[in-house]
Amino acid sequence: MSNALSILRISNLKKSYGKNTILHGATLSLHQGEIIVLIGPSGGGKSTLLQCINCLAMPEEGEIFLHDNRVDLQSAGELNELRQKVGMIFQDFNLFDHLTAVDNITVALRKVKKMSKKDALCRARRELDQVGLSDKASLYPAQLSGGQKQRVAIARALAMDPEVLLLDEPTSALDPELVGEVISVIKQLAGNGMTMIMATHQMSLISTLADRILFMENGSIVEQGTPQELLSSDMVSKTRGFCERLNEISPEDL
Amino acid sequence: MHFDLSVVIDSLPYLLQGSAATAVIVCCAMAIGLVIGVVMAVGMVYGPRPVALLLSSYVWFFRGFPVLVLLFLFYFGLFTFLGLNVSALTAVTLVLGMTTGAYQANIFKGAMLSMPKGQYKAARALGMTQTQAIYCIILPQILRMSIPAWSNEYSIILKDSALAFVIGAPEIMARTQFVASRTYQHLPLYITAGLIYFVLTWAGVLLLEKLYRKVRIPGYSQDGFGQ
Ligand SMILES: Nc1ncnc2c1ncn2[C@@H]1O[C@H](COP(=O)(O)OP(=O)(O)OP(=O)(O)O)[C@@H](O)[C@H]1O
Ligand SMILES: [Mg+2]
Repeated sequence: MSNALSILRISNLKKSYGKNTILHGATLSLHQGEIIVLIGPSGGGKSTLLQCINCLAMPEEGEIFLHDNRVDLQSAGELNELRQKVGMIFQDFNLFDHLTAVDNITVALRKVKKMSKKDALCRARRELDQVGLSDKASLYPAQLSGGQKQRVAIARALAMDPEVLLLDEPTSALDPELVGEVISVIKQLAGNGMTMIMATHQMSLISTLADRILFMENGSIVEQGTPQELLSSDMVSKTRGFCERLNEISPEDL
Repeated sequence: MHFDLSVVIDSLPYLLQGSAATAVIVCCAMAIGLVIGVVMAVGMVYGPRPVALLLSSYVWFFRGFPVLVLLFLFYFGLFTFLGLNVSALTAVTLVLGMTTGAYQANIFKGAMLSMPKGQYKAARALGMTQTQAIYCIILPQILRMSIPAWSNEYSIILKDSALAFVIGAPEIMARTQFVASRTYQHLPLYITAGLIYFVLTWAGVLLLEKLYRKVRIPGYSQDGFGQ
């Protein structure tokens, strides 16, 4: 694997809470436009890995490289810069409750990117338009459906011009009938060449978008490969067993 | 003993000047308390451990001592000891401000801890600094949430301010007592004083309730004032 092309590389990231080691040294390199899907049983450490990549949870050990430049994890400034370039989508949306949809987007543009009010508004409108929510700009999070909230959250992340997007089970807090609208936005992102690491159990996302699947269990990446490799019928893999069980739960997603 | 309502009527302007002093004391004390409360709550929740501990001990001190003791301690004790020439009015305002600051710190701290961590994380994930996240995302929400508890605190401080008479600040209670001791019309005078406090309490509470409704976040059912 040539590291020269990697847009984001993490090396031996370790994280523990108290005495429990949650992440046992994760190493991973991501190329421009690549989409990595993280799967694995609950509690396996997918969320922890994603949050360590943008240091929302500070790893105790390991290194992070952005375009082959090592990020100084001790420097608040470099961390804020890393976080701008690595956007994050949460399972439960985490919209700012006291701000309208459009202001959820403008607030970081104004405070972090120091954009003028007018430019920020203009940018925010464009992003809302991209996710099909121009008519909801002035509504508050409590007035939006789950699917709409997640689309606003995606628009908010994209407005920062991230180079990589981390998605932590973006559809699992949604009612089944709202999953589709979020999936189609994510597919549209993939079509535009966005580089992503996504934890998901949505088979339709795994099978159509994944360039590579990582299977995580007990804080380690125990298998990785292309969907063809890991899911082919002549292969005995944890990944395939896991996905078959997912299919039993929701076969209509395939 | 007969009721002489003309005493009440004659002394009303004098008493109302006293209520102006009370209003100034309470408004300034609440404002000082707001600043102390917000700064301390942020320090207790987000600050490093030693800072949080130091601030908690401030809260323990002001919650544990009776207001009257604090008033004497500062006015006759500390201010004199430091050689500061502080008027009774200023002393009462400062002591009430520091006291309500401790209680307000607890109100805001509770509100901060009750907020799910997600929005703070989302703000940091967008590249905001801790200060920006607290100032732009956390505070606007917890201040809204805290208005009902804050209005409660207002009504307590308003009535605590009556203690100011013991060091001679020219507020409602001191003036009522002054007139009563001269005219012996205790009953009607203290009823009048009580009514003035009553009106000030409800005016403030209703105003805050109005503010609460005005700034409430659309779509949320907030019923902190019990409807
Ligand atoms: N803040 C925390 N403090 C202590 N333990 C934590 C914390 N966050 C996560 N953990 C623990 O770390 C382990 C991994 O959790 P994580 O959320 O990363 O798993 P996950 O793979 O995302 O699971 P799920 O599919 O349920 O989202 C769990 O055992 C969890 O209890
Ligand atoms: Mg998770």
